[in-house]
Amino acid sequence: MLHTAVASRSFRRYSTYVGATLAGIFTNSVFGAIMCFVYIEVWAANPDAGGYDVTDAVTYVWLGQAMIMTVAVWGGGSPDDLAARIKSGDVVIDFYRPVGILGWYLAADLGRAAYHLLTRGLAPTLVGGLLFDLRYPADALTWLLFAIAVPLAVVVSFALRMLASLTAFWLLDDVGPRTLLGFAALFFSGLTVPLVLLPSLLRDVALALPWATFLQVPADIWLGKTTGLEVLGAYAFIVAWAVVLLGACALVLQRAERRVVVQGG
Amino acid sequence: MTLIQVTDLRRTFEVRRKEEGSRRRHRVEVEAVRDLTFEIAAGEMVGYIGPNGAGKSTTIKMLTGILVPTSGHIRVAGVDPSRNRTALARRIGVVFGQRTSLWWDLPLRDSFDLLQKIYRTDPARHRANLAEFLELLDLGELLDTPVRQLSLGQRMRGDIAAALLHDPEILYLDEPTIGLDVISKGRLREFLRSLNRERDTTLMLTTHDLQDIEALCDRVIVIDHGTQVYDGTLAGLHERGGSTRTLVVDLVDEVAPILIAGAETRRVEGPRQWLSFPADASAAPLVAALASSYDVADLSIQEPDIEDVIRELYSRPPAG
Repeated sequence: MLHTAVASRSFRRYSTYVGATLAGIFTNSVFGAIMCFVYIEVWAANPDAGGYDVTDAVTYVWLGQAMIMTVAVWGGGSPDDLAARIKSGDVVIDFYRPVGILGWYLAADLGRAAYHLLTRGLAPTLVGGLLFDLRYPADALTWLLFAIAVPLAVVVSFALRMLASLTAFWLLDDVGPRTLLGFAALFFSGLTVPLVLLPSLLRDVALALPWATFLQVPADIWLGKTTGLEVLGAYAFIVAWAVVLLGACALVLQRAERRVVVQGG
Repeated sequence: MTLIQVTDLRRTFEVRRKEEGSRRRHRVEVEAVRDLTFEIAAGEMVGYIGPNGAGKSTTIKMLTGILVPTSGHIRVAGVDPSRNRTALARRIGVVFGQRTSLWWDLPLRDSFDLLQKIYRTDPARHRANLAEFLELLDLGELLDTPVRQLSLGQRMRGDIAAALLHDPEILYLDEPTIGLDVISKGRLREFLRSLNRERDTTLMLTTHDLQDIEALCDRVIVIDHGTQVYDGTLAGLHERGGSTRTLVVDLVDEVAPILIAGAETRRVEGPRQWLSFPADASAAPLVAALASSYDVADLSIQEPDIEDVIRELYSRPPAG
């Protein structure tokens, strides 16, 4: 009840910045189109690279554009708010409240993600669909399976961003960890190059890391590369990372709280 | 009934300091609060004052449970704050003059709605409280304004309403009037007075603004360098600080400085003279003595400035 209220307020909060949303949609669409032209050339030279045909590849580009803001690949969202509150000292107000910090910020980030999915996710995909020949989920079930994978990916991403933000309790500035995380996400999310295109060893490693949940895993469900029982395996993979990382967040938060409450910050 | 009980409270912080001539940084223990002992009864309005860095905020943090004491005991509403922070949070309200508990990008209304859910306040009770505070704090027309567009005074009133919606027994206010104009300050004080009167809410207030204290608090606790230097009434503080009242005498003629028992002439300017006498002494015998020995044209009495009193207290070595 509280958390749905938090999520819906967060959704509304982002929806007040219409100009930023429109500018973002424009940028995603332009970048998507440019990347498509590059990918089309690549797949002309190598028609089944990574097990994708050219339609898969072009669709992957638009899914990537849709996920950038939804999953907050490069950071942002409610963990950034927390980092700012740690720096300003306002976090003390969060500690005063009789509600858990982790759940609160997760709810806020899911609200944000919902807004970004409907705007920065959906709109560029529609543009892509008008300009290029895309592959859509084969049936209603696939749509549903994809729709479940996305919020799970947001949770994984949230936990990673949260861990970076929580370092502000010790470092006072979380720019370093956040930049590092951004770089890792840029490469390991498969946003620049689909992970399936990487050389075998690197690919296996990349597909086991949490960033694979951002784009590669949901995209393979959308494209029908992951089907049947494999989908359950994909879910298990995302959920496992979500649990591990959220657990880590809870632990770090507990230490941070101890630091504030016992040591006095 | 004792609501807040503080016994031998002590809190130290470890800071790293670089000593001169040494490249290594050493850990140094700093005592922010020591040997603090006081009790506050339900329904009291207590001013907690002291210069910057005296340990005021450290004390408030320990009273609200977000800082663990190094030693000593605290009971607030019957519980140990740091062990029962979440349970206690439902029974206290905290207002920081320089921080906000409202959500920046959202209309005021949304903050109030969220707070009802955070504290799980009974919806009917919440509605009644909200209606009352909107009226008393004149916030009704601002409900749909995003917090970032509110003026400081409006935001402060919003924050105070926010801290009170869950019916706290105790309200801690940390510099609530900082940065406000005279009218806003006056309104806020009026509201806090009526809150204490109508709902019997216990108020503990840290401030630099001594008018806040004069307007609100029957009792003042003064702390400096982490120790309590005074606990008592405002009148007693005047006495303790050796404060004096001033009798301004306009004589008919210019004469030599007045010599009179029980007062001291501080200044002479033409026919006007300034005489100081202890704040707790009566002015009547002085006036009578003056009138019998001098040709007095006019008289007025200046009350002591509490800031001077406190400055006087601070400049003394801490008691004990």
